[in-house]
Amino acid sequence: MTGRPLVDWGWVVGHLDDIALATLQHLGIAALAVGAGFAVSFGLALWSVRDRRVYGPITAISGILYTIPSLALFAVLVPFTGLSVVTVEIPLVAYTLLILVRNIVAGFDAVPADVLEAANGMGYTRGQRLLQVELPLAIPLIIAGLRLASVSTIGLVTVGSLIGDAFGGLGVLIKDGIAAFFPTKIYVGAALSVALAFGADIAFIRLQRALTPWARARISGR
Amino acid sequence: MSEPVLPQAGLRFGPPPDAGRDARDNAGPGPRPDARDNAQDNAQPDPRPDAGPDARRAATVEFEHVTKVYGPADRRTAEARPPAAVSDLSFVVPAGKICVLVGPSGCGKTTSLKMVNRLIEPTSGRILIDGVDIATEEVTALRRRIGYVIQQVGLFPHLTIGENVAVVPRLLGWSPVRQRERADELLALVGLDPARDRDRYPAELSGGERQRVGVARALAADPPVMLMDEPFGAVDPIVRDRLQNEFLRLQDELAKTILFVTHDVDEAIKLGDLVAVMAQGGILAQFGPPRDILASPASDFVARFVGADRGLKRLSLSRVADLELDPVGGPGPDTAGTAGAASGRDAGAGAGPSAGTTAAATPDLPVVEPETTLKDALSILLDAGAEAGLVVDRAGRPLGLVRVEAITARMRT
Repeated sequence: MTGRPLVDWGWVVGHLDDIALATLQHLGIAALAVGAGFAVSFGLALWSVRDRRVYGPITAISGILYTIPSLALFAVLVPFTGLSVVTVEIPLVAYTLLILVRNIVAGFDAVPADVLEAANGMGYTRGQRLLQVELPLAIPLIIAGLRLASVSTIGLVTVGSLIGDAFGGLGVLIKDGIAAFFPTKIYVGAALSVALAFGADIAFIRLQRALTPWARARISGR
Repeated sequence: MSEPVLPQAGLRFGPPPDAGRDARDNAGPGPRPDARDNAQDNAQPDPRPDAGPDARRAATVEFEHVTKVYGPADRRTAEARPPAAVSDLSFVVPAGKICVLVGPSGCGKTTSLKMVNRLIEPTSGRILIDGVDIATEEVTALRRRIGYVIQQVGLFPHLTIGENVAVVPRLLGWSPVRQRERADELLALVGLDPARDRDRYPAELSGGERQRVGVARALAADPPVMLMDEPFGAVDPIVRDRLQNEFLRLQDELAKTILFVTHDVDEAIKLGDLVAVMAQGGILAQFGPPRDILASPASDFVARFVGADRGLKRLSLSRVADLELDPVGGPGPDTAGTAGAASGRDAGAGAGPSAGTTAAATPDLPVVEPETTLKDALSILLDAGAEAGLVVDRAGRPLGLVRVEAITARMRT
């Protein structure tokens, strides 16, 4: 290792397409996990909002899931789902639930009671109220949850490289770098993973700004 | 649409319970056949000769033995809740009138109000709007026909002011152009500037402005009935007074049937054509015009609730213009004497001797407007230590003199 530069830029330049592919794969796996996690969490959160009794058990179960080490979960899943993308996605999705369910429920809880009463009194149907009043007002907290979930998922995707080179994204670079004593791959993989996490975070902040123009009025208001 | 009405009409002709008949007979110019006619008007787009434009804008609201008891399922939060929140409530609010429900907290006034748009369902009894039992109507359709204003306003923070006002028109499927025109029209009506305020968000408005938007929003689909739950309770007294005056001016124009909840007796007296005083347990302690309630409280409870100063309160029912004013500068020795005494207080120079000439010669008299209530006028005169005040119109022209004596005489009648 001695004498070699920290990052072998020659290798980087020569493998740009591999790196790009790994980055895209990484992003794809993470997006699928956050997307699926959001869909599941949204359903669970709506259920919790309608029936408070299920909220405790739902958060307890997702909390337990959150504590299971990903390696252990892989080991349990492989006999059932094989060395497939499903095996990678299940833990990733499971880890998003705790954050997302809590934030979505908190988002709906944050809708002021007077707003709900006004909506009911003016003749919104339940569905209209949900989609046109509660959901828009819950957006800031929902997106806060998505930011957390996406950042942690993007970090976790690297672990998928243990299942196979097709499922680890930038983690494959890191794994190979460790195996070959080639730090460049480790640094590139880690740096891009961090960059993806930052990028996702910024993208969600932008999305939130675009979706909640009224929140800025609050700050500039008198 | 005609089907749900017919069984109603049948029910209405069934043997009426006595209390219900009493309430109707006392309060309503609309005996039951009329109410039935109205119901049919609603059912068929065939306007009857006696149903003028007013009949379309406002509707009779009738409580028939309405009782609300919170069952065990509803009681989770308050174990000590009295068994009935509203007990056997019967009264009629004729079309175009303001009925104020007033009483101490826990008297069921808000519960009663919320039963009209079915945010709360009565345990027993019926509420009829233009003779139609609201329980037979589709609940969202019913609510879209009833304006609803609450104390916290409940504007949608994520919608602009214009969008907030147009909420019910949008739910009713109006075209975007019509929604926008209607929103602008209403913003102007409640004293806001559509061009400036339409695209702002609620967070950018003051409390008073928000409350106006709340009223505009409730009026958007021109509902025949409005429910207002302490709409002016959260603004400071000066803004409240202004909003109340604007509200009365608006009502002169719109003539809606309004049910208005407050815990403030003065507000009830000022705004109500009819006042329903409610006691703990949702019992109707007295129902009638404010004048009657102040003049002859039906019980000790009502007397206590309206206050020992009810003579004074009655003054707030009359305005300076209702009194016969003494002429300004008239040759009557009485007037001259009064004016002289009033101005002589701090004007030994000039005013005293020349009293009885012109208003300009009595610059020290407190000035009141014809629209000022007698209560306020009395307060102004007492504050100034004057025996009389100068009544001037908007342009500042003197109309006459109002004397303390004339006001206090009014208090005793």
